Amino acid sequence: MNTVLDSVVFKFIYCMLVSSDECANSFKIIGSGFISEKYAIIGFLITAFFLIFIIVNGALVGVLALIWGERRLVGRFQARLGPNRWGPWGIFTPVADAIKVMFKEDISPTLSDKFVFILAPILMVVPVLMIFAVIPFGEATFLTDLNVGVLFVLAITSTNTLSVLMAGWGSGNRYGIIGGLRAVAMLLSYEIPMALAAVGVILMAGSLSIIQVIESQVIPYAIFQPLGFLTFLIASTAELNRSPFDITEAESELIAGYMTEYSSMKFGLFYLGEFMATIASSAIIVCLFLGGWKGPEILPSHFWFMIKWILMICVFIWFRATFPRLRVDQIMELAWKGLFELTLINILSIAILMLIWPDPSITELWIMTGIKWIVFFVSLWIFGKLLGPKPLQKNGVARKIVLQK
Amino acid sequence: MSLRTEPVTMNVGPIHPSTHGVFRMRVTFDGEEIVDVEPVIGYLHRGSEKLAEERTYTQVVTLTDRMDYVASMTNNQSYILSVEKLAGITPSPRGVWLRMIAAELQRIASHAVANGFLINDLGAWHTPLLYMLREREKILEMFEMLCGARITNSYLRPGGVFMDAPDQFWPALNRFLDEMPNRIDDIERLLTTNEIVLIRTQNVGVLKKDECLNASITGPVLRASGVDWDLRDKNPYDYYDQIEFSRPLGEIGDNHDRFLVRIFEMRESLKILRQCIENIEPGPVRPKEVPFLVRPPKGDSYVPIESPKGELGFYLVSDGGISPFRCHVRAPSLINLTLLREMVLGDKIADLFVTFGSIDVNMGEVDR
Amino acid sequence: MTKCFSGEKICELIDEINPQSVVSTNSDSVHIQPESALSVFSELKNKENCQFNLLNSLTAVDYIDHFEMVYHLTSTIHNHSIVIKIICGEGRKEPKVSSVVNIWRGADLQEREVWDLMGITFENHPNLKRLLLWEEFPGHPLRKDYLR
Repeated sequence: MNTVLDSVVFKFIYCMLVSSDECANSFKIIGSGFISEKYAIIGFLITAFFLIFIIVNGALVGVLALIWGERRLVGRFQARLGPNRWGPWGIFTPVADAIKVMFKEDISPTLSDKFVFILAPILMVVPVLMIFAVIPFGEATFLTDLNVGVLFVLAITSTNTLSVLMAGWGSGNRYGIIGGLRAVAMLLSYEIPMALAAVGVILMAGSLSIIQVIESQVIPYAIFQPLGFLTFLIASTAELNRSPFDITEAESELIAGYMTEYSSMKFGLFYLGEFMATIASSAIIVCLFLGGWKGPEILPSHFWFMIKWILMICVFIWFRATFPRLRVDQIMELAWKGLFELTLINILSIAILMLIWPDPSITELWIMTGIKWIVFFVSLWIFGKLLGPKPLQKNGVARKIVLQK
Repeated sequence: MSLRTEPVTMNVGPIHPSTHGVFRMRVTFDGEEIVDVEPVIGYLHRGSEKLAEERTYTQVVTLTDRMDYVASMTNNQSYILSVEKLAGITPSPRGVWLRMIAAELQRIASHAVANGFLINDLGAWHTPLLYMLREREKILEMFEMLCGARITNSYLRPGGVFMDAPDQFWPALNRFLDEMPNRIDDIERLLTTNEIVLIRTQNVGVLKKDECLNASITGPVLRASGVDWDLRDKNPYDYYDQIEFSRPLGEIGDNHDRFLVRIFEMRESLKILRQCIENIEPGPVRPKEVPFLVRPPKGDSYVPIESPKGELGFYLVSDGGISPFRCHVRAPSLINLTLLREMVLGDKIADLFVTFGSIDVNMGEVDR
Repeated sequence: MTKCFSGEKICELIDEINPQSVVSTNSDSVHIQPESALSVFSELKNKENCQFNLLNSLTAVDYIDHFEMVYHLTSTIHNHSIVIKIICGEGRKEPKVSSVVNIWRGADLQEREVWDLMGITFENHPNLKRLLLWEEFPGHPLRKDYLR
């Protein structure tokens, strides 16, 4: 209860309801509430439900905004306008989409395993909503500050795998099964580089709490440990099943992969879960690597967080609009032969640097950053040579197209 | 350690996002690996060859449009050349130049679609495809100027074309010729050195020279395998003998070579278009003496041309009447599919669609 | 320019292989016997001065009193082409020729198409099934006597 009360927003609403000395001291203007301290738990629960309501609905609105934003932005990437019919700049298009999805016929195939089939989309959405509990949206604006926040996030995101497998298996469709099996192979593999990349951050911060991680970032970790940032970014793109790692739905191969048999709101929930995961993942990356709410004091912390957040989402949309898809064996190769080793190099280099400078000053931090960048380029060059595409050779000459006159 | 696995048979198509129409494959997978592929076609069969037997020679032109509907102009051209040879018609020069311009524009459009969809099959979420379709759109607008239709043109007639190009066509064509090289460069910058495209396409779906020739595979697929066989050069029809151009040849014959060959052929087509504009002279587009009801003497003719997909030829038999006695289409799309199974065996599921896309078939032409 | 051989030239070429094979000679094509077709084709493909390595097109025509197979062959090495025709079967009954799939793999789908639409049986074809129509389809629609 006490850690929750660290959050300013939570405490504010709590104090409007409950009368206590602490509240009276903290917020002089509003004074204290009407519930006596004996029944404080009621006030606490009401506050919690109110905030959960706000965050869940905020996430839903965020998804609608993201659907619109993604379609508009991808439209621009693809030299076209994007949706522009419903409302100004087409901002009501996702609303129309949502209404359409709700009124579609709900089909469940005869061969499907009904229980698993219905449970899968729910399992997709609920865990993602839980991530929002630990995200600080600004200075002292968070729902809770778990002391194992990073671990919590990693654990919650991995339940995604289960949902995808259940959807693929339960729908009794071969495209679905292939999609589900691919998902398990890929998502399990990318858990490891993702967790190991987060270890680099945890080492520097000395804490698993997301608030502590943000506060420890004098230099944002994206600049301080580029290797960790890159691997985390790639691994979380894979965790989100987004292009270039969208082999689980792979439109051009598996039609829609594990979602092939889903229609109506069940499909809507998958859609929702996927976009919500994008939002949550971007927020996590902002917290762990881009300094969270921190920024020059021209703007309030919340604005800084929002700006970084939206930029991060745009990066994901950018990936989606530009990259072709990797093949399944190449994806596994990238995870196990590339990212895994790169994250180990990252952890090792941070550990060595922290042995040399256990309590670094600002100048020492910048020296460490420089060393990290050197490690970054050298290791990327080596791994690029080892894993990258080899230009095919014929008679010792690189292959080319011959123009016959 | 070996796992006991069981192959799974699955119907891919006829309704599937990347079978380019109503193509169906009965595919057997072992895990991710392809064990067997059997193409099943005929979902778009409209009996064009039978229908042609009941129409006059001019009416059949509209049927040819609907065969390869992303390259109607070359279909028209092949059919008209065959009719001209059968009936002994000498076309008027301006008509020939105009239909060469139309055919080369069509080749660019068709290759743009082929490459765009190939990259789409790689999973690029429509971006390169839409860049390609944007260029194709300009060509379709030019076709609209020429004949009023965008896809099913029916522009050619025995003896030339049915209408001269309007005044606004030439500035549009010149603007297109100025812009297009930059657009192709853009696409190349985006794709040909893209690492993901490279690792996905190199050494996948390899076709050897001899296999290719033996299986009658023609067109860019054959040239990507390194055989210098382009009918515009080896057996020039129309006025291609007056034109200089080079043929891009691949070395290995994998998907990447086929992609590159198409990109280079688009450049060569632009060169041909420029020479056509230089050579074209005013005059009638169709000789006055050619009647609307062509009555060729008894006999048969087969004139193969280089369509964007490969060698396209109409084998026409005349019994002296107003409609062909027999009209057979040598469809490159169909015959290029002969080796599909050999190309994809042992590859992963994802490669199946890329290889299929790189052959560039058009279901309208496969099934006719 | 691809050299299209006249009927006499083709006749000479085939006579070198099998003198009894040619039935009749037209201006631009020859008719050969169905029995000796396979040996003639394989020689045409392999012989030094022929080397017809590309089977352009293979089709059949229903001439009401008989069926005729038409083969267009091209050599990409010498850049010349010939047309060979075979009258198959006696009259309209059970038209039959031997398959050339073993010589040119490209004949595979084309022969299946001809079987499907014209009903000419190809002996020794590895997979002679209907190509465009379904297996239960009655008749062969490109025949002149096919009604509905």
